[in-house]
Amino acid sequence: MDLSELRGKYIEAVAKAADEAALEEVRLAALGKKGEISALMATLGKMDPEARKAAGAQLNVLKDEIDVALRARKAGLADAALDARLKSEWLDVTLPGRPRRMGSIHPVSQVMDELTAIFADMGFSVAEGPQVESDWYNFDALNIPPEHPARQEHDTFFMHRAKGDNRPPHVLRTHTSPVQIRAMLAQGAPIRVIAPGRVYRMDMDQTHTPMFHQVEGMAIDRDISMANLKWVLEEFCRAFFEVDKVELRFRASHFPFTEPSAEVDIRYSNVGGQLKIGEGDKWMEILGSGMMHPKVLAAGGIDPDKWQGFAFGMGIDRIAMLKYGIPDLRAFFDADLRWLRHYGFSPLDMPDLPGGLSR
Amino acid sequence: MKFTLSWLKDHLETSATLDEILYALTDLGHEVEEVENPEDKLGAFRICRVIEAVQHPNADRLRVCRVATWPNGPEGAMEEVQVVCGAPNARTGLVGVFAPTGTHVPGTGVDLKPGNIRGVDSNGMLCSERELELSDDHNGIIDLPEDAPVGVRFIDYRGVNDPMIYVKITPNRPDGLGVRGLARDLAARGLGTLKALDIPQIEAKFAAPIKVVIADELKAKGCPVFAGRVIRGVKNGPSPDWLAARLKAIGLRPISTLVDITNYFTFGLNRPLHVFDMAKVRGDLRIHPAQGGEELLALDGKTYALHPGMMVISDDQGPESLAGIMGGELSGCSDATTDVFLESAFWDPITIATTGRALRINSDARYRFERGVDPAFTLPGLDLATAMVIDLCGGEPSDLVIDGAVPDTARSYPFDPARVVSLVGMEIAEADQRATLAALGFTLTGDQAAPPSWRPDVQGAADLVEEVARVASLTKLVGKPMTRALPGVPKPILTPLQQREKAARRQIAALGYNECVTYSFIDQTAAALFGGGTDAVRVDNPISSEMTHLRPDLLPGLLRAAARNQARGFMDLALFEVGPVFAGGEPGEQALQATGLLIGAAAPRDPYGSRRPVDVFDAKADAEAVLAALGAPAKVQVSRKVAGWWHPGRSGVIGLGPNVLAAFGEVHPRVLAALDVKGPAVAFTVQVANVPMPKAKTPTKPALAISDLQAVERDFAFVVDMGVEALTLVNAAQGSDKALIESVRVFDQFTGEKAEAQMGAGKKSIAFTVRLQPQDKTLTEKDIEAVSAKIVEKVSKATGGTLRG
Repeated sequence: MDLSELRGKYIEAVAKAADEAALEEVRLAALGKKGEISALMATLGKMDPEARKAAGAQLNVLKDEIDVALRARKAGLADAALDARLKSEWLDVTLPGRPRRMGSIHPVSQVMDELTAIFADMGFSVAEGPQVESDWYNFDALNIPPEHPARQEHDTFFMHRAKGDNRPPHVLRTHTSPVQIRAMLAQGAPIRVIAPGRVYRMDMDQTHTPMFHQVEGMAIDRDISMANLKWVLEEFCRAFFEVDKVELRFRASHFPFTEPSAEVDIRYSNVGGQLKIGEGDKWMEILGSGMMHPKVLAAGGIDPDKWQGFAFGMGIDRIAMLKYGIPDLRAFFDADLRWLRHYGFSPLDMPDLPGGLSR
Repeated sequence: MKFTLSWLKDHLETSATLDEILYALTDLGHEVEEVENPEDKLGAFRICRVIEAVQHPNADRLRVCRVATWPNGPEGAMEEVQVVCGAPNARTGLVGVFAPTGTHVPGTGVDLKPGNIRGVDSNGMLCSERELELSDDHNGIIDLPEDAPVGVRFIDYRGVNDPMIYVKITPNRPDGLGVRGLARDLAARGLGTLKALDIPQIEAKFAAPIKVVIADELKAKGCPVFAGRVIRGVKNGPSPDWLAARLKAIGLRPISTLVDITNYFTFGLNRPLHVFDMAKVRGDLRIHPAQGGEELLALDGKTYALHPGMMVISDDQGPESLAGIMGGELSGCSDATTDVFLESAFWDPITIATTGRALRINSDARYRFERGVDPAFTLPGLDLATAMVIDLCGGEPSDLVIDGAVPDTARSYPFDPARVVSLVGMEIAEADQRATLAALGFTLTGDQAAPPSWRPDVQGAADLVEEVARVASLTKLVGKPMTRALPGVPKPILTPLQQREKAARRQIAALGYNECVTYSFIDQTAAALFGGGTDAVRVDNPISSEMTHLRPDLLPGLLRAAARNQARGFMDLALFEVGPVFAGGEPGEQALQATGLLIGAAAPRDPYGSRRPVDVFDAKADAEAVLAALGAPAKVQVSRKVAGWWHPGRSGVIGLGPNVLAAFGEVHPRVLAALDVKGPAVAFTVQVANVPMPKAKTPTKPALAISDLQAVERDFAFVVDMGVEALTLVNAAQGSDKALIESVRVFDQFTGEKAEAQMGAGKKSIAFTVRLQPQDKTLTEKDIEAVSAKIVEKVSKATGGTLRG
């Protein structure tokens, strides 16, 4: 049986099939039930066994050969079709991605988290207190008796008193120091806490806002000294400002609630408006501090003959401005979207000591 | 507190430089705020002589002067300089003031450079008083007497070379409000020695024609002692130059010798005094509490109505002086005064402060008396001042008139040198500690230290430590490590609520909101819109009309912030704040809120049509995300019991029984209009503390239960009345088979005209999908049909609706 002509015919037809439909026609014509090769297969039955065997084998070889060619052509056509489709599926990928809102964390919140991370490592916990305070917590307990001139220097906001209510008016706390008293009364000694939060003073100009933020720090134990206070503040400033060394200078001052009292200056340089902490020959006041006054310890229910400790208070907004180069305090509370976006922090920038405070 | 260097040197024998003194003052606790050293400004101006002045060849009104100058002072060599000068009085032989090139002339702001004026070289300048900012005189250049010492600095010649020092005196140190107190501190530091203050013996020449009487109730508290002396035959008038110059240097206007002497004592020795013109006083002086309603024309030219109980000094005519605060105009001294009553008294600080505050008078006397002057110096001060009056104004003194007695402030405290070391952490030898206290005027007897009468602030042993440490200098303090209280890995330190505050903040920011920190006080209009603005939360002394009331809610502050941003052209906003709100004016009537506000569109315009107005379901989703971050249970109730500032139909409350966890919805259009915000605006508020804490805190999570059996989802659509809520359908479906039904989720809502046309007026359709999760065997078609029928039955019963065909 000579099948070469048949092979030639179908292999050529497969190659020429332009699409899947044409290819299917070729398949049916050759291998379909009524196809030419199927028809030849049907003639095998009438052959003698010898001839049948030989012709059968030849036909099967041809059948396989055509089948392989059909499959190959089919895959080739599919590839070509895909190529053609992909060619038409062109998009301008320079178009913007779908919009996604980006949120931000306010610098005050970020810096509070930074403070917490640093002081937690030194064994301080976080205490809180109300922002409307009785005058006892805000003043008397802190050794500022009613007629003390220091009270006048606090520029206090007073809450309204209803007629007939003869208690002294409550105040908006003028500092975070009343939290010292509340924490002592709640926890006793030994104790180490910081108390960050909002405070209020009647002052509004270029560099003052009637509300701002302070952080109070307090540590009480048997033998805590002012030298310990200096070390804690040095460590804090080094970690917070992320510099290798800082230099602090203690300068005698007066606060009714500490004795001795010191204002603390930090060494810095200012070259072309660029502030650098830890170098240079300028000093900037950054906080007030001292050893807790015996009367304050007593007001907190702690025996001043047995315990001693230090306290300090620092402006959070101010150190945020220093660290992050934010020029204007008033803008902190204005909620200008441009400011929030520019000075704000990513919600995933969680300050911690292993990863560093700022990115 | 202002003073001059020469004034300080009246009390302090020292060779220290100005810079050393300034450093020591600040380091001792008297922070130097400002220094005005005339030398910095005028040190280059020296006295010169014009050798010859000739007409300028090219200008009618200019002269060319050959000027003899002494750039290195009178001892140095003379240098001749050519100067072109336009002053009419520039002439040969004139002795004037010369500024060389390179000098900054303060009156004109010009830095002198070598010049050429109309073809003639000119190097330097002959100056007028105005150019030196010494007066307004600009009629010509300074024209000094022939014998003025050439080469000498003009400020030295004129006696205006005294540096003015301005220090901030802390309220505990009234002694620092006198120059002598500061001198004493500097001497204790080792910057010199305190000069002795000799108190003269005043010999009475006659008996005073006046008596002073303190009302009994004031002797106990108010005015323990009141003393004075009449000096007759004085001649009042302008003070001598040195006294006027000192007062001017510290910003006081010289008035007359008698008045200037009282000011000189106020600032020099912290001893305020008062002078009455005897010609204007009728009868004796009584120190007594005011009845109330009396009026007094004070020396500041204002009339004050006295409140009952205020201390006044009266004569037979009525009040003549506000005790310890300000004298009266009527009995004040003038140039015509010939007989004067000089008063020195001790006033109770609290009484003075109360009166001063009530009348709003800030005087140098009040400032000092309310901080505490030295009571023991009442009479010595009077004697010193009497001597000065006689010295400068002549006259003769009467005997002393006095009522009451100088209060005894003697007290002592145990002094423990070891305590200094323990509290401060600095090694200071006991001998040095004792020397410091002695130099400050303390009397040391054994282990007791008695503070001097001028130190009312020293009230205990701790104050002794402060004195020693302050004088030793805290600058020398060296930091000493303070180890953690407990060894090992530190425990977490945030309370659960603090953690939640942090979680809420970070979650809301992660949802795309920008955190704001707005003021805790807002205007009454805004507060009232949110259920606040009552008197209970009113600030009595607000700093502006926009900050009168504590905020009842975070939304008004955020809405105001939104309005400001809209005015700047930012219309799509996502703002949030986590902070305190105030239900009342008592301490503790404060709660923590977390509030987010969405305004405008959910996204900017883009090619994909992402832009759409924000709506209530954005706010609801964000509220739910925050609640989840705070650990709120998944099953909560949603009600419509919203506050008045929400849109009544488009808002809800998420709660657990009566416990409100959050509110969400559209902000009421009336509120938006009142706060000038352009809508749409949706918001959510989470009450952070109301989210229940987990019952037992364990990091272990419950075991994961998952089934290998195929889950099946079936969709249902119901036609229900318009007012039926989706949650009713979901809950009914959920309840049909609690074991089998894993979840029910609404996926479609069909409302509006088309819907009503299809399903009847007042109807809508809600479609939800139910996910069935078998636990023990695969579901058959029959099982599914059974549960479906049950769902249809339950939902129909609960809603009155029908399965949509």
